[in-house]
Amino acid sequence: MSENRPEKKKKQPLSDRRKFILGMARSVGIATLGGFVWSAYVDEVTASQLLLRPPGAIEEEDFLKTCIKCGMCVEACPYDTLLLAKPGDHKPLGTPYFVPREIPCYMCPDIPCVPVCPTGALDEPSVTTDGKLDINIADMGLAVVDEESCIAFWGIQCDACYRACPILGQAITIEYQKNERTGKHAYMKPIVHADACTGCGMCERACVTEKPAIFILPRETAMGKAGDYYIKGWDKEDEKRLENAGEIKTTTDLSRQSASDKLNSDFLEDLY
Amino acid sequence: MKTLWNNYRYLILRRFTQIGILVLYFGANAWGWTILMGNLSSSLLFNMIPMSDPYAALQMLAAGAVMATDLLIGVAVVSLFYLLIGGRAFCSWVCPVNMITDLANFLRAKIGLNQVQGIKQPASRKLRYWVLALSLIISAFMGVTAFEFISPISMVHRGLVFGLGFGWAAMLIIFLFDLFVLKNGWCGHICPLGGFYSLLGKFSLIRVHHNEENCTLCMKCKVVCPENQVLHMIGKESLPVLSGECTNCARCIEVCDDDALGFSIKSLIKNKTTGE
Repeated sequence: MSENRPEKKKKQPLSDRRKFILGMARSVGIATLGGFVWSAYVDEVTASQLLLRPPGAIEEEDFLKTCIKCGMCVEACPYDTLLLAKPGDHKPLGTPYFVPREIPCYMCPDIPCVPVCPTGALDEPSVTTDGKLDINIADMGLAVVDEESCIAFWGIQCDACYRACPILGQAITIEYQKNERTGKHAYMKPIVHADACTGCGMCERACVTEKPAIFILPRETAMGKAGDYYIKGWDKEDEKRLENAGEIKTTTDLSRQSASDKLNSDFLEDLY
Repeated sequence: MKTLWNNYRYLILRRFTQIGILVLYFGANAWGWTILMGNLSSSLLFNMIPMSDPYAALQMLAAGAVMATDLLIGVAVVSLFYLLIGGRAFCSWVCPVNMITDLANFLRAKIGLNQVQGIKQPASRKLRYWVLALSLIISAFMGVTAFEFISPISMVHRGLVFGLGFGWAAMLIIFLFDLFVLKNGWCGHICPLGGFYSLLGKFSLIRVHHNEENCTLCMKCKVVCPENQVLHMIGKESLPVLSGECTNCARCIEVCDDDALGFSIKSLIKNKTTGE
């Protein structure tokens, strides 16, 4: 700053123009600094997390901008399933979530948490079939079985998750398989069906192992994606997806030249 | 007793509304009361009237969220309410942070920090408008409601209703900041919600009115006012306080022994020409 320079003459007071420019520069500087720190913090706390949202929640990215954090859904929940993220929970602050191992979603038929949402972050149409609320089409996540720690996969009889499932016989089924080790028993393996599972977490709550062997993950995390290039050829419906498939061209060192060129090149000779 | 009431009547009423609103919210969450549900971000009055924070809605708009009808009605209700009774009436009559900063300010005066640090404030009160603008810019760029994720106001009211977590740290930071760093630091300089309501409050009808003829220039009002730049007319002109930054907390009215200050309703036609 000019005023700090040693000057022989008596210090000149800053002109209004200089003061204004200095003031503006200072404000812009502070705003930029603050803005970057603020943005970085917001980016960090809203980074995609393994977070289970109430039924009817719209996609996480839209949820974060639409949820006003009023807690109406939390108040509406009769089972105290839903929580509002507090400072220290390491979740996007003030947004609703639930931890199924502690309290799962009991899938109330009247879904009290959804219609109270003032902003549409919990979307009523997404849990409505034929004009009626339908909790069975909710999608809070997907149950995943860890076959290593699930005792049913060891051959020990347990169907706790199967029994706990509110969509009994559809979201989880039991698959029988001969136990070759004993030769006279059966494995009764729980199999989760992604099309029926709502991610309510009753199975995770019921699981008897120390740390649940069946647990809910956000569908986005739990599932892979085959893409449009792999089609169930035996399924007419599935073939429609081919229409979306575009062309992917992969170029490698070998494929850069055409096949005939390749064969007639010195390349093969080099190999021998 | 009579003088006590006279000197603190508005303060007592403000604490009553501030705490009362929190109690109603708390009761809704804990015991299922239906008088006032939700929290200060968005709530439902008598199970019927939606009320939503217009500043939060503005951030949602900047972030590119789809605005639901209930939300827009709620925003309209709150905006109209504060347009009538004074934008920053929220700050002094509703916001729970006000109780923290008032306590800091009270202690500040008690232990004589104001004399030590002098009258010149090291920061501009315009800062809040910068923070306000910044919050909208960040909301737009990041696609989230930027201030809502760091708002100590939300942490406090949400914390008191739904569970505090580390929210006490936010309370402590604001308290210490206001006590030791900057007089009226949070509410009077930084808070973008206060800045937002300042802008909204420019148009509000209920105003503090100064009657210069009664004024004895004791300046008690300026000492007690958390936004004393709005009282520039004291002892000079009979004017209403027109700045939106006035929180309508009415502390100035209480401390005035000479009946030179009082609430009045702004006349819509007159104020444009004479400011009366």
